[in-house]
Amino acid sequence: MNWTAVSAIYKFEMARFFRTLAQSFLSPVLSTSLYFVVFGAAIGSRIDQVEGVSYGAFIVPGLIMLSVITQGISNASFGIYFPKFIGTVYELLSAPVNFLEIVLGYVGAAATKALFIGVVILATAHLFVDITIAHPLAMLLFLVLTCISFALLGFIIGIWAKNFEQLQLVPLLIITPLIFLGGSFYSISMLPPIWQTITLFNPVVYLISGFRWSFFGVSDVPVGFSLLAIAVFTGLCLAVIGWIFRTGWRLRS
Amino acid sequence: MSTILSITDLRKSYAGGFEALKGVNLEIAEGEILALLGPNGAGKTTLISTICGITTATSGSVTVGGHCIEREYRAARAMIGLVPQEINLEPFETVMNSVRFSRGLFGKPRNDALIDDILKKLSLWDKRSSQIKELSGGMKRRVLIAKALSHEPRVLFLDEPTAGVDVELRKDMWDVVRELRESGVTIILTTHYIEEAEAMADRVGVIAGGEILLVEEKSDLMARMGKKELQVFLIDPVATVPEALDQHELRLGEDGHSLIYTYDVKAERTGITTLLNDVAAAGLVLSDVSTRQSSLEDIFVGLVSGEDA
Repeated sequence: MNWTAVSAIYKFEMARFFRTLAQSFLSPVLSTSLYFVVFGAAIGSRIDQVEGVSYGAFIVPGLIMLSVITQGISNASFGIYFPKFIGTVYELLSAPVNFLEIVLGYVGAAATKALFIGVVILATAHLFVDITIAHPLAMLLFLVLTCISFALLGFIIGIWAKNFEQLQLVPLLIITPLIFLGGSFYSISMLPPIWQTITLFNPVVYLISGFRWSFFGVSDVPVGFSLLAIAVFTGLCLAVIGWIFRTGWRLRS
Repeated sequence: MSTILSITDLRKSYAGGFEALKGVNLEIAEGEILALLGPNGAGKTTLISTICGITTATSGSVTVGGHCIEREYRAARAMIGLVPQEINLEPFETVMNSVRFSRGLFGKPRNDALIDDILKKLSLWDKRSSQIKELSGGMKRRVLIAKALSHEPRVLFLDEPTAGVDVELRKDMWDVVRELRESGVTIILTTHYIEEAEAMADRVGVIAGGEILLVEEKSDLMARMGKKELQVFLIDPVATVPEALDQHELRLGEDGHSLIYTYDVKAERTGITTLLNDVAAAGLVLSDVSTRQSSLEDIFVGLVSGEDA
């Protein structure tokens, strides 16, 4: 393993994050606060508890997942798309590094940024509602795994994208709807029975359910399923990335 | 000297069927400067990209320092520095961090003294904390060179390093290249500027249509193919070349004020004495004479256009 190269890529990508730290920090704080004002105060006051948890607290895990997933994807996809766009990818392709080292550097940095945002949102949420975390270690595990797996997906999108429009396409058309329909702001038990079944085909349901379980000990699906789902998703992304580097798809002509 | 770069029957075809490289064979000795000349689309950049791992070869093999570029890509690529033709740089990063990044990416431990030295040599020291987007085009090109040198390559590819840069920077770059050669680095440069090849290269390769047309010592090439022109200036212009001088196959210069005689530098007898005697015998009065060695450019144009120059 060329760890020096991994660390060089990681630091270079993190530098991009630190250059815009205020932006990176303020935007999640602001959007989380807005969600709490709208969902927590305005709507939440009309909803009683959900599965024994106050509505304001109930939406916290979903809110964190929403930001962590979108941030993980956008950071990683931009991270690898930008060098392709400006041409600096030549250096990556001509360096004595293998695909695992490149992925570790880029995905590691993207996941770190997403994790940072997740923690910032958790801290902001704490200002609005009382949150107790029933299983802190499991919470951390879900959070980190989600950051990594969606950064992997973002990396694939960044390599696939041929222009900035395509870069936005998958997050906008597929990921965001899946998150919103994945029980971020509701328990799936609140849906009509037919939709409860359909919604089980949405992989994000398993993530949010597991993550929420780590906070409140209640879940829509068994927690083992959640872990399995995230493991399968991560494995799938890794397999696709492995194939990309073996064939040079959209990287090497 | 030992061979550092060996290319055997290298071919590259693109999906559309276009054959960019048609079986390139090339051996490059350690420590030499090879200039690759060729028109646009000749395959210069494709050749370099394939050796460096940016493009995948369709068939053939390349070894760098004895390491196969596919099976032992780590060892092979660690020896190579590449200065691409396009100015590809992360605009928001500083000069110093960009150069440090390149060293790290190639797996070399941090060495601030070396990076400082490279930046100073390339006159980038004062700009080390500037963001790259603030630099001029010439300065950006220096950054590309600094990045390539940061990991101490044994083989350096310069893909048209002086395209679009001013005379001063071009001369600076030539100095840097010469200094690198003295430290034992092997340099392969592609260029449109024949004067660049003429000024720096030990050997010259001519590539066109994806094939290497020739590779030869620059001096041999010049001597073998070089021709000289003797121009005889006349006080009184003539309308045509006088018949008495027909045997010399002269051309008439501009306005009939001069006669041009082409001869082979290596010929045993150049025929100059006879010519001058015949000119005097024909009653022409000379005002001046000059000679001109044909340049690599003449040779190059002759080769690429298919003439036997």
